[in-house]
Amino acid sequence: MSGAGLAARGIAKRFGYREILRDVSLELEPGQICAIFGPNGAGKSTLLKVLACLTRPSAGEILWEGRPVKDGASLRAAMGMVGHGTFLYDLLTAEENLLFYGRLYRVGDLRRRVSEILERVGLGFAARDPVATFSRGMKQRLTIGRALLHRPRLLLMDEPFTGLDQAGRSLLIDLLREFRGGGGACLLISHDFAETLDVADRFLILNRGRIAGAGDCGAVGPADFARLYEDAVGQPPD
Amino acid sequence: MVRRIFPWLLLPMGITSLYLAFVVAPPEATMADRQRIMYFHVASAWNAYLSFLVVFVASIAYLRTGARRWDRTAFCSAELGVFFTSIALVSGMVWGRSVWGKWWVWEPRLTTTLLLWFIYVGYLLLRATGEGDERRARMAAGLGVIGFVDVPIVHMSVKWWNSYHPYVIGLTKVDMVPMMVVALVAAVLTFTVFYVYMLDLRLHMEHLRERTQILKENLLQGGMR
Amino acid sequence: MLAKSMAIVWKDVVVEFRAKEILAAVLIFAALVALIFGFAFDPVEHDLTGIFPGLMWVAYFFAGTLGLNRSFITEKQNDALQGLVLAPGDRSAIFLGKFLANWLFMTLVELILTPVFFALLNVSFKGGLLLAAVLALATVGFTAAGTFLSGLAANTRASEVLLPILLFPLLVPVVIGAVRATAGAMAGDAATAVAWLRALAAYDAVFVVVPFLVFEYLLEG
Repeated sequence: MSGAGLAARGIAKRFGYREILRDVSLELEPGQICAIFGPNGAGKSTLLKVLACLTRPSAGEILWEGRPVKDGASLRAAMGMVGHGTFLYDLLTAEENLLFYGRLYRVGDLRRRVSEILERVGLGFAARDPVATFSRGMKQRLTIGRALLHRPRLLLMDEPFTGLDQAGRSLLIDLLREFRGGGGACLLISHDFAETLDVADRFLILNRGRIAGAGDCGAVGPADFARLYEDAVGQPPD
Repeated sequence: MVRRIFPWLLLPMGITSLYLAFVVAPPEATMADRQRIMYFHVASAWNAYLSFLVVFVASIAYLRTGARRWDRTAFCSAELGVFFTSIALVSGMVWGRSVWGKWWVWEPRLTTTLLLWFIYVGYLLLRATGEGDERRARMAAGLGVIGFVDVPIVHMSVKWWNSYHPYVIGLTKVDMVPMMVVALVAAVLTFTVFYVYMLDLRLHMEHLRERTQILKENLLQGGMR
Repeated sequence: MLAKSMAIVWKDVVVEFRAKEILAAVLIFAALVALIFGFAFDPVEHDLTGIFPGLMWVAYFFAGTLGLNRSFITEKQNDALQGLVLAPGDRSAIFLGKFLANWLFMTLVELILTPVFFALLNVSFKGGLLLAAVLALATVGFTAAGTFLSGLAANTRASEVLLPILLFPLLVPVVIGAVRATAGAMAGDAATAVAWLRALAAYDAVFVVVPFLVFEYLLEG
């Protein structure tokens, strides 16, 4: 146990007789991007929610920087998240959305940070436009910017490539590399195998609530990955 | 255990309390036989409050532990509570009609009971329309807590509101002779045992329903692969 | 924690300033109810002073429920509520912020509409400061219970129908207290008004504190 980064031990999540996660353990070190693959209903989003302290696990514990995370208070300030929803308010402008979240996170020198982020995700030109007028891709860019606003050290992302065009995808990959370079740790759920394998260091395959496979992205070629995935899940990656 | 023993307990208890209420207890001085409805009215009202207390406690336990069985307990108890509240209301109205000649008097306890009925019917509606197993359980627990906390406040305010009215109605101005007390205690005990038995049965049903659903889902998943 | 709540209030005010959904709907609906009451109870023929407090509060509570229904809709869209839950600090601050914003909107509506009610129903304006206190305290209880239940109902398929069904039985003490205190204030009976104001304050305390304690558990998942 290195003590740095995020660790989960023996995470289980059930509700009544429904078991969503069973005995999931993982470690994520600073400067590492770990991808999570798996079919629909494998429990990927639930795992991310448990790690984000959005829902309590039925068993197991989460450690952040070597200390157990209880209600997530210590973790939340250091964590950025891209979830299923965009977490944005359609009637507020891009700038106002970021200002709002910046206040919640008590970001210092907020206005400068907001315009910096807006430029970085390529939305400087639309800062004063309400989010309702944005395309899906613009919303996703803003969502990613919002997750990075408070300079998190941990990034949890659920299908961050959704809705992004080619330019948006390469922007996200750039941002992820930059984030890793700064010592950030990232957990990334994705269906976009090619892009994700390209940017991530490691991957886990989740099936029916269990970790069914794992590997290093550098050591595994596309054909190897397809075989590994099929072994773990019982069907080829789509 | 409860499911096996309680039916045999309930049979003699039920017969005894019927016998006590209708034969042994003497007719009341002014209300005569009409007063006998009180035994069952009070016993169902007691069960209603007991059920909602269980909803309250189970809801807190659920919020603290997240264990599904507490959520099931709260749900099943709320159903029973609404059932007993309905009986208490109808028997209360029949009582009111025969004693005061009115189907409804704004008596504080009866009015509070009516509000209880609305609160917990709302609780069941919240459960029926809630989305997501776990989220629905948590929302219901929230209502289970605040709904019960509200009961004494509602009662106090209705009482206070009522005290402004020139006529004062004493619902329990019944001259209770010892045999009546015995019959009332017997009825309350029988109803309590009945509640525990029903709750256990209903919990077992809910447990079976959930397991069946999981089995079906697994079967479907297995079939697709 | 207050900073988090105030950020939420600021956000709600800006959103409302753009959409004008809550204020406009509640204002127009409550004013319409006053008009309907005028036709139904005929202030030209009858002196409505006796039932005026009841009429006014019924209109405010019914119209206010429309606004409360909207309160968590913006939060559920795009899962924004999840974003609030993820932010550091006490999660109960979310309840406090939403409640304060709703209280602000509702109080604003009442400030505008109370003179209109007196005028439309031909009742001479009485009550002054006591009436202002009644409006403030009754609205705290109404919006505190309403914000909490709106948060619960937002997770159902039938939230718009469900909220009034859940809210009104719990609201009975506020209805009684608000109507009696208003009647006391209008009659110049300060003792009665103050007694009922105390009851309202007690209700307010319970319905701010209990949701405040419970709300963070409801936000998980």
